[in-house]
Amino acid sequence: MSVSATKAPPSRGAPAKHASPGRRARYRFARWDLKYSPYLYIAPFFVLFGIFGLYPMVWTFWMSLHDWDLVGTHTFIGLENYTALLSDDYFWNAVRNTFGMFVLATVPQLALALFLANLLNRPLLRARTFFRMIIFVPNVVSVAAVAIVFGMLFQRDFGVVNWFLSLFGVDAIDWRREWWTSWTAISVMVDWRWTGYNTLILLAGMQAIPRDLYEAAAMDGASAWRQFWNVTLPMLRPTFVFVVILSTIGGLQLFVEPLIFNNGNIIGGTQREFQTVQMYMFENSIHNLSRAGYGAAVAWALFLMIVVVSVLNFVITRRSVK
Amino acid sequence: MTTLPTGSRRLWRTSPLTYIALVLAVLSSIYPLYYMFVIATRSNDAINDTPPPFTPSGLFRDNLNRALENDTANLLQGIVNSVIVSSVVTASVVLTGSLAGFAFAKLKFRGRNGLMLAVVATMMVPTQLGIIPLWGLMQDLGWYDSLLAVTVPFLASAFGVFMMRQYATSAVSDELIEAARIDGCSTWRIYWSVVLPALRPAAAVLGLLTFMQTWNEFVWPFAILTPENPTLQVSLATLSYAYYTDYSMVFAATAVGTVPLIVVFIVFGRQIIGGIMEGAVKA
Repeated sequence: MSVSATKAPPSRGAPAKHASPGRRARYRFARWDLKYSPYLYIAPFFVLFGIFGLYPMVWTFWMSLHDWDLVGTHTFIGLENYTALLSDDYFWNAVRNTFGMFVLATVPQLALALFLANLLNRPLLRARTFFRMIIFVPNVVSVAAVAIVFGMLFQRDFGVVNWFLSLFGVDAIDWRREWWTSWTAISVMVDWRWTGYNTLILLAGMQAIPRDLYEAAAMDGASAWRQFWNVTLPMLRPTFVFVVILSTIGGLQLFVEPLIFNNGNIIGGTQREFQTVQMYMFENSIHNLSRAGYGAAVAWALFLMIVVVSVLNFVITRRSVK
Repeated sequence: MTTLPTGSRRLWRTSPLTYIALVLAVLSSIYPLYYMFVIATRSNDAINDTPPPFTPSGLFRDNLNRALENDTANLLQGIVNSVIVSSVVTASVVLTGSLAGFAFAKLKFRGRNGLMLAVVATMMVPTQLGIIPLWGLMQDLGWYDSLLAVTVPFLASAFGVFMMRQYATSAVSDELIEAARIDGCSTWRIYWSVVLPALRPAAAVLGLLTFMQTWNEFVWPFAILTPENPTLQVSLATLSYAYYTDYSMVFAATAVGTVPLIVVFIVFGRQIIGGIMEGAVKA
């Protein structure tokens, strides 16, 4: 690595008979360059992450031990915010909503993504690029736009969904009023935006599976269904775990869809039918600055939930998909 | 794919059911967007029609003008702001990502592996965890309601570093870098003249993904900006909250916010999808 420093190429610069000051400076620069440039190049990420990522995260914990007003004073109260959290009905309501919508959205979404990826993986499929691209289009649309458009589709009086259901004799549903209706509508928004993305990730995993495994299975007389079950699924395990973890991190932070679904109302429905933990955190901080300490406790509780569920999902998917 | 043995051709044949299922998936992917465009081109009464309107009309300009003239949402300001923020963030993420990716893939320094692991670890951390103190920090910096607040924290991304490192590892040969060194190139020269050109395909994908993500970002801009100086997404939300009965206006604005990305996707979709799928296998 230090070749260039000890043996400067003769073609560069004027041929010096002895080490000139310019040459010594260049030599020193070359040594400095080799040693410190790498750190300089990775510095921007670490500096920015330190200031705007790590520091606020640690600070969140510190804040959660205080009665903290974002634009005022703060006093240390130890774990009081956390004990208050444990007996806070609104908090547990938000936890229930978050997990309810997470399961309601994620399970069908991953099943559908698996199904579609399997279809797209047929080697003789025509127009494959077309299908792949169109299926991914919803992910290009912003969450806000999705929530705005679906908010309209799920209108009670003239929404397209109710019109469609009326063809089958279903009475108009007020999607924003009940638990299960609002959860369904919000889950549909999430799934519309993310199914295509997960399909492509799973498809990428499927394409990495060696073809001769299928050939061998076919020789043994395995049907297409058996091949999917006994070859595709086990081989897809690492990708599937990746998708599940990603969905967990995203799903438990659900925020924009339920927020816009009720016109920016931070408490969700009138009876908090679809307020998520993330929304509750906002309600107790940015929407009410004097309660930032409590909001910080909610943030840490959410973080803990994400970690626990991710690890749990990791263990379950690794075990069961064998 | 074409060299399949004849016996398996039957095994792999695609049944009509496959196409039916895929076409259904395509239709449900497209319909909400199509519906948005239809409503955006019609008068507001059309939403009451049964069955729902299915063909566009010619009122898009009127609807959009109503949205642009609306003085609570500041849509035009939002569009300009989003273009500025997304462009700056994209350029910077590609630059910092390729620099760091190059360093991690091709340069030797102490702590390299540990630091790379740290980069990957940060990708797993939910970003919203620090949002409350970050809000306070922005107050202290005087960046509340300023574009700096939605730009500066995002000028480098872990994903960008990770993606560029993966690509640089295989796309740039060690011999080439060694040769450049012997020719007396500084590390920066090597980056600029040797590495960056080789990274161009991956840099393009990273740029596209970053642009789309920044353009679509909602939570943080919503927390730190006001309707007076919004990004496009914040402006759309404001508009939809306040005028949720005027669907054709809200949808015209939403369409304007969505079309640029769809155009980008139609032009570069192949590369974007390739990038996403490659990243998935490596991760």
